[in-house]
Amino acid sequence: MKYLDEYRAPEAITASLDRIRRKCSRRWVVMDVCGGQTHSLLKHGLEPALEESLELLHGPGCPVCVTPAAVLDAATSLSLERRVTLSSFGDMLRVPGRSGSLLQARARGGDVRTVYSPLDAVDWAVRHPEREVVFLAVGFETTAPATALAILQAQRSAVRNFSVLAHHVRVEPAMRQIAADPAGRVQGFLAAGHVCTVTGYEEYHAFARETGLPVVVTGFEPLDLLQGLETCVELLESGRSEVVNAYARCARPEGNPHAKRLLDAVFRVADVPWRGLGVIPSGGLKIHSSLAKLDACERFGLTASDVEETSGECRSGEVLTGRLKPPDCPLFGNGCTPDTPRGAPMVSSEGACAAYFRYALSGGRAHV
Amino acid sequence: MSDSAPVWQPACPPLASHDGERITLAYGEGGRLTRRLIQDRIVARFGNATLAALGDAALIDLPAGRCAMTTDGYTVTPLFFPGGDIGRLAVYGTVNDLVVSGARPRFLSLAMVIEEGLPWEVLDRVLDSVRDALDATGVQLVTGDTKVVPREAVDQLFLTTTGIGEVIQPLAGPAGLRAGDEILVSGPIGRHGAAVLCAREEFGFDPPPLSDCGPLTRPIEALWHADLPVRCLRDATRGGVAAVLHEWSAVAGLGITVASALLPVSADVRAVCELLGLEPLHLACEGTFVAAVAGGQAQRTLDVMRANGCPAAAVIGEVTTARSTPARLRTTAGREIPLDEPAGSPLPRIC
Repeated sequence: MKYLDEYRAPEAITASLDRIRRKCSRRWVVMDVCGGQTHSLLKHGLEPALEESLELLHGPGCPVCVTPAAVLDAATSLSLERRVTLSSFGDMLRVPGRSGSLLQARARGGDVRTVYSPLDAVDWAVRHPEREVVFLAVGFETTAPATALAILQAQRSAVRNFSVLAHHVRVEPAMRQIAADPAGRVQGFLAAGHVCTVTGYEEYHAFARETGLPVVVTGFEPLDLLQGLETCVELLESGRSEVVNAYARCARPEGNPHAKRLLDAVFRVADVPWRGLGVIPSGGLKIHSSLAKLDACERFGLTASDVEETSGECRSGEVLTGRLKPPDCPLFGNGCTPDTPRGAPMVSSEGACAAYFRYALSGGRAHV
Repeated sequence: MSDSAPVWQPACPPLASHDGERITLAYGEGGRLTRRLIQDRIVARFGNATLAALGDAALIDLPAGRCAMTTDGYTVTPLFFPGGDIGRLAVYGTVNDLVVSGARPRFLSLAMVIEEGLPWEVLDRVLDSVRDALDATGVQLVTGDTKVVPREAVDQLFLTTTGIGEVIQPLAGPAGLRAGDEILVSGPIGRHGAAVLCAREEFGFDPPPLSDCGPLTRPIEALWHADLPVRCLRDATRGGVAAVLHEWSAVAGLGITVASALLPVSADVRAVCELLGLEPLHLACEGTFVAAVAGGQAQRTLDVMRANGCPAAAVIGEVTTARSTPARLRTTAGREIPLDEPAGSPLPRIC
């Protein structure tokens, strides 16, 4: 398959792994920011293959994981108590809030539907004018433009029974928080390639300059990831805190101007809470007050309750910031599993804890 | 079909086709209309002496020896999807359950729960499919049941089929697996799951993925005749090939490793999986089976399968000694990772 097989070719992967091992004069600590990258590194067995040369940490880049339980509770409450049609992407439906998941809400009588695009939710609202339809929108800058498009389309078409419960988050401020952690050990970052296709990577130049950490824009296929890691190792070995694009077939410095215009038209940058990390300054996007009628928070008077997101023993905040590897958390596999998640990184398949649990580790020890 | 009295013909029979385009509740209430539905649409279509007798039970002649019996309910949205429909699914699903159990399918029952308002044309198309699938497999429909329920009590049409077959080749089953046995699949995996998902959500893939909905009688009977050391067979329906591997592994107390590079996945299914973040090993098949054969016999088995309607059959892995994770996937990077056991229906990833 074009643009896929060539990035999974076994011989090229073996050669790339060898080059990275040879280039490492010491064991560097590199963080991938995106859950898709974490998933791919473990699914394709790249992390254990590089274990001697690189310590890979996995950042908070799973939008499903970092969505606060309070947001899910609000969605559940809308479907059960306000009798609205609640729609969202498939993997959001399994994530537990404090009052269960949306799939459980559906079993209790809530009208909860999977959609594959926010525009499908608008379309549903148009075809069912008797129902209030809410789209639960989460994700980084990758999914936010589609949400923005849906909001603008609903506004243009004067759809009166549609609104969005939005919790979109921004990656770069989370990276800043991790880089500023005095206990942090990250020496280089793999920036999320899909996010950069929207935002570009110009803002990372200031980030690299100010933090002294190299940033490599990286894709998701095995050879994309290996190219990103190899580039990061080269920067670390030569002491350069620069930004390099190792995902040039998709990401451009300026990003996608059309998508950025959509974001600007609908959202403003805001301080928002991340599950497991607390409130991150400028860490998210809120719907402009001029579009309040399409904002489910405004429409239904929702306020997120400020409740502790994780149990006392759960150390997901340290996992999300790279201070702790998932198997070193005392709850990992010991009451905290993908079926019974206790913290953010175990709730979705792309969370670091869930990815370790599924692909690499069991009971805290590697068996690959 | 409990009415064994002679069929009384009223002077002006309210023929089903004259009662409007849709099925009404009256057709499920056991009187004249129910009998007309059964006579006009079932008996007329599947006519055989046993069915036509309309007894409380079908009286059938079975050969001496062991029989296999299985039953399954079928609900699918949409009823018609690229590569198949609920009628074919209901026949082939039960036929395949028998044949992978070492039995030659002989008789089938068909129970229908019909939603009030279903167009007659839809029911007729489904029943035509049932007839075609029965013809293709040489199985007789000998009894059944029909219910019509109020609107929204079911989603259009639910079918249940029960099959009885004559055991030809008893297999040891997964308890008989041994380390070193080889694992094969009869064709590309995940096609039914991908086809139904794309049809239901109207993704507009062009060409759309086609379901593999079909009978397994030919390749499996060929395996019987080839006298191959087959340990166990299973059609990889809900949960896909991954569910079969997990189940076999758990029963045998052994590991199973498959290699991602060896898995036959058609280009259309692969495209769907890559786009939606799905795993082909988790997607349902409805005309593809997994086989385990004694070590060293994979090539002979492949030759038989490929010569009997399974050109894309492939060896995908082997049974290993017990491991901490039962089913494992060897990646293209040469590492082994646990193969996730499917839980619930596959849900696309957010990004």
